[in-house]
Formats: sequence, C-alpha cells, structure tokens
Amino acid sequence: MNAASRLMPVAATTAVFLLGFLVCSLTFPNFASLRVVMNLFTDNAFLGIVAVGMTFVIISGGIDLSVGSVIGFTTVFLAIAIERWGVPPLVAFALVLVICALFGAAMGAAIEYFELPPFIVTLAGMFLARGASFLMSTESIPITADLYSHLADHALRLPGGARLTVPAMIMILVVLGGMVLLHLTRFGANVYALGGSRVSTALMGVNVTRTTIRIYMLSAGLAGLSGIVFSLYTSSGYSLSGVGVELDAIAAVVIGGTLLSGGYGFVFGTFVGVLIQGLIQTYISFDGSLSSWWAKIATGLLLFAFIGFQQATLRLARRSRRHATGGAHA
Amino acid sequence: MSLRLPRIGTSQVVALLAILAINWVVSPQFFDIRLQDGRLFGSLIDVLNRGAPVAILSLGMVLVIAMRGIDLSVGAVMAICGAIAASLADSHSLPVVLAAALGAGLLCGLWNGFLVAVLGIQPIVATLILMVAGRGIAQLITEGRIVTFTSPELAFLGGGSVLGLPTPIVITLALLALTVLIVRGTALGLLIEATGGNARAAALAGVGTRLITLAVYAWCGLCAAIAGVVAAADILGADANNAGLWLELDAILAVVIGGTSLFGGRFSLVLAVVGALIIQAMNTGILLSGFPPETNLVVKAVVVLAVLLAQSPRLKGLGSSLFGRRA
Repeated sequence: MNAASRLMPVAATTAVFLLGFLVCSLTFPNFASLRVVMNLFTDNAFLGIVAVGMTFVIISGGIDLSVGSVIGFTTVFLAIAIERWGVPPLVAFALVLVICALFGAAMGAAIEYFELPPFIVTLAGMFLARGASFLMSTESIPITADLYSHLADHALRLPGGARLTVPAMIMILVVLGGMVLLHLTRFGANVYALGGSRVSTALMGVNVTRTTIRIYMLSAGLAGLSGIVFSLYTSSGYSLSGVGVELDAIAAVVIGGTLLSGGYGFVFGTFVGVLIQGLIQTYISFDGSLSSWWAKIATGLLLFAFIGFQQATLRLARRSRRHATGGAHA
Repeated sequence: MSLRLPRIGTSQVVALLAILAINWVVSPQFFDIRLQDGRLFGSLIDVLNRGAPVAILSLGMVLVIAMRGIDLSVGAVMAICGAIAASLADSHSLPVVLAAALGAGLLCGLWNGFLVAVLGIQPIVATLILMVAGRGIAQLITEGRIVTFTSPELAFLGGGSVLGLPTPIVITLALLALTVLIVRGTALGLLIEATGGNARAAALAGVGTRLITLAVYAWCGLCAAIAGVVAAADILGADANNAGLWLELDAILAVVIGGTSLFGGRFSLVLAVVGALIIQAMNTGILLSGFPPETNLVVKAVVVLAVLLAQSPRLKGLGSSLFGRRA
C-alpha cells in the first residue's frame, strides 16, 4: 500500500468526525464552541487513555478484554488506599500503576508461554480484576483527599469559558506519547511486525515474548492510569465503574481505522474514534428528547460501516496487487 | 481411539460431582428433593433450573466455537427476544409470540453468519457489532421501560412444570436431544469439525463451509432467542438492560469447560451442558455457603485459568514428554 491509501481509513474517520461536528453545529446554535470541544475531551479522557493501550494490543494482533475491570479495580483500590489506609494519593497512584502493569505482564506471559488465545486469557483477567474489586468493596467510596479537590479545580482557562482540565491534559499527553512510542521507536515497529506475522517477526530476531508481555503491560498500565483519571473525574471509587469500557475502547479503535486482524493502524485514528463516540453522546444530551440507547445503536452502525469499509479496501488492495504482479502470486 | 472414547468427559463429570459433593457438605439438605403441587423442589432442581438459560446458550455456542468462531452477541440477542416476547405476550397468542421472538433470534444469527461467512469478517468483530447495538435495539423495543406481562401460557415456559420437572429443564433436555440428533445423527457434526479444523482444506474437499457457517450462527441466534424467552418467562418481564448480561461469557466458559477446543475442530454437546451445570453449581454453592456472591467472579476466573492451562498445547507437550507416550 502506498502512503495515500495507508492513510485513507484515518482520513475517512476524521472526515466522519468533522461532518458529524458540522451537523451538530448546524442543529444546535451553541454547539460550535471551544467549550464544547474541551468538555468532549474531559468527558472522554478515561476512554481515550485506555483506547491508546488497546490500539497497541490490537495492532499486535491481540485483544484485551480486561481493561474495564482494571479501571474498576483501580478506582476501588485508590479509594481504599487513600481513605482507609491513609496512603498519600501520589504514592497510591504509583502503587496502583505498578500493580496494573504487573497484572498486564502476567496476562501477556500467560498468552505467550502457554500459547493461549488472548481473548480468553484477558477474559479470565476481566473476571479476576472485577472480582478483586468486588472483594475489596461493593459500595461506592467517596475520596475526600485534598489533592482530588485541588486537581478537580485545576484547569487551564481558555477563551470563551473553556477549561482544559487535568484529565483532558493527561489524555492529550498519552495520545502524543502513544504516537511517539508506536511510530518512532523500535518497540512500535515490533508491535506492527507482530501483527503482520508472528513467525516472520520471530525469524527476524525480534524477541516476541518480551514484546507481547510489554504490550499487555502497556495496555493494563494505561487502564490503571485511566482508572486514576476516572476516580479524579468522579472523586470516588466504585467496583462497578468501567463496566463495558473494553467494548467502547475496541469500538473506538476499529472506528479509528485499525485493522482487528493486526498489523495496521494509527493512534491518531483511535483518538478521533473516541471523539466520534463522545460526539454521539453530546448530540444526544444536547437534543434532550433522544434516549441514550440510540448511542449504542449509532455506535453499532458506525462499527459496521467502518468494518465493511476496511473489508472492501482490503479486497481492492489484494486485487490491485494481483494485477500488478500479473497473477504470478495469485 | 475406541478405548479412549469412554474417558472423554470423565474429568468434567468428576468436577461436577465434586462441586455437588462440596455443596452437600456446605448445606446438608442439598440433595433433598420433594414433590409439591406436582412440581419437584430442592437445591439440585434449582441448579438445573437456574442453569437452563446458560445451558441452552451453550448448545448454540458450542457449534460456533467448534468452527473456530465465537458469538459475543448472544446476551444482547437474549435481551432483544425477551423484549419482543414480553411486549407481545398479553396481546397475541403464544404461537405468534414465539414465532416473533424466535424469528428475531434467527434473524440476528443470520446477520452474524452473513458478516462472518459472506463478508469474511473475523467472528469476534462481526458479533461485537450486534453485542454493542443489540442492547440498544432491545431498549428501543421496550421503550426503555421494564415490560411486564401476565400471560399464563408464556409464564408456563419459565415457571411451569412438565411431569414434575420445571419447564426450563424440559426445554433444555429436549433441545439437547434435538441438537445431538441433528448434529451427530447426520454428517453435519463431522462437517462442522472439518470446517473448524481447517476451513480451507474442508472447502477444497467439497464441504460447503460458507453455508455451514451461516447455518451454525443462525442456530446460535435461535438458541439465544429460546434462552431469552425462557429468562423473560421466568421473571414475567423483560429488562433490556440486564437480561442476558454477561451470559455470553458464561456460555463461552461452559463450552470451554466442556472440553471444546477454542482452536476449533472438536466439540461435545453434552459436555457443554455439563459445563453450564458446573458453573451454576458453583454459583449455588457459593450462595449456600454464605460467602459473599462477590467471590463468584474470582472463583470463575480461577476455573477459567485452570481449564485453559489444561488445554494449553505447551503444557500438553510438557506432560507427554515427562510421562512418555503411555496414555
């Protein structure tokens, strides 16, 4: 694929977002403002962070179903550590990130050493993390630490009453960091290679085991960070928070143009995919009369449209390649 | 091969018996069954009754997984069909209600099958679409409310009894018998296994893999519809948000516990149902023992990991190199 056709899916996703934004702006007079955009960032910060990790996993040809539960675990752990054990919030943040990264590493190791499908290993991880958060507490625990109220008030004031909040800043940093890591480092190149072909990657001399473990560590670590952001956003810890987030994250990645079979995709596309989902939610809340379940149907339709689009471009690419080689490899 | 046949499933049956025995230790009345108003009551009957929806789901899921596929949408399909059945129950006769609900399930299954077999989309992704959108569709049908009904005919499917056995158990057994008859009584099971083992080789050998894939997903949708109707009939209503929630995971788990390989190519219908009963017996046992129900998920996770490790190709290689080829 040449550069233009490589960027096609991401361009299509971006076009859909811009078109959607235009439709919203024409429907609702107050929509087109920096304030709405900034709220879009803040409200979807936790999803954006976790979706970046999911992008790495899916490009490598895997899947991580445990991220929603890890978010739930993180919020409960933080609430209990800060409120009951009196751990300083920053120490609790570091602690929970280490726990999540280790959890991800364990899942990656299980996938790699026992040659198990990622789908089912991370499903077990999903049960385990959710069960662990249930065992810690089934009630919603408010977090009253000073740092939380401080961080909630802290925001970069922009013109037009818009506020760039701390969660939004963290998400933007994660997206930029994810781009650098995926597109400019050797680890990123290995992730793509792994999604293209495991066997060739191993034959090229890449340490497949180490790469896989790091990918799941990254995903679980970002899920932990997302949990921290979620607890900042809600100022509480609840064992049921983050239910179904794994589906939203996968949907964002797919809408963002990443191939679920691996080997192809961009972090930027995922970011736009998250914004599209947020846009649908915002449209529904602006409209007021539409019920929230339309969001699910709209997301499903978008998923279908993008998957169909991917399938069609793949087929076209295959056909043109066959033409180019004169059917020699057909 | 003929010598090994009786051994298949021993571990699952032993596991089920062990869990039942533990339940008996925890609660001595566990095996007490009494007849009251022409219906059997008792914890054991309860396990069978509560396990019925997952068992019915697993009958569809096992064939999908045998073809190296997966169907994530069964929980959402349950919600859709339960919603349809509940909203029609009081205004239409039972055959119409059933035809509508089961027809919707069949349609959902055909949609999944179309995406997988005709468009060639990966099963996880193809069924993810309906998993995400399905609950929205169910909400649309119930208009966001919890729809209740009073129709005694439909309620019979969830709470009635036939010859003393609760109807869900009878439906499960009948469906199991029907599936075994169709799949194992004909060459269909062999063709499914061939497709799951190596779809390309099967197609080259003349198996109509595309049609079989389509049919199996349609069957899975139908099973989900039956499970949805039974679940709705049981609570005399449909809750689009919670009906069948997470049951796709339970059904996959039941199939995996039942020894069906996630890598396709071999399956057992009876053991999938045994797997569903193992899950339900664990749930009931945890409730009876007075542990908080929250421990349920952790126990499930441990069971999944244990079963996975037992299935792992790497561990099997290790085992046979340690113990030689005696087995």
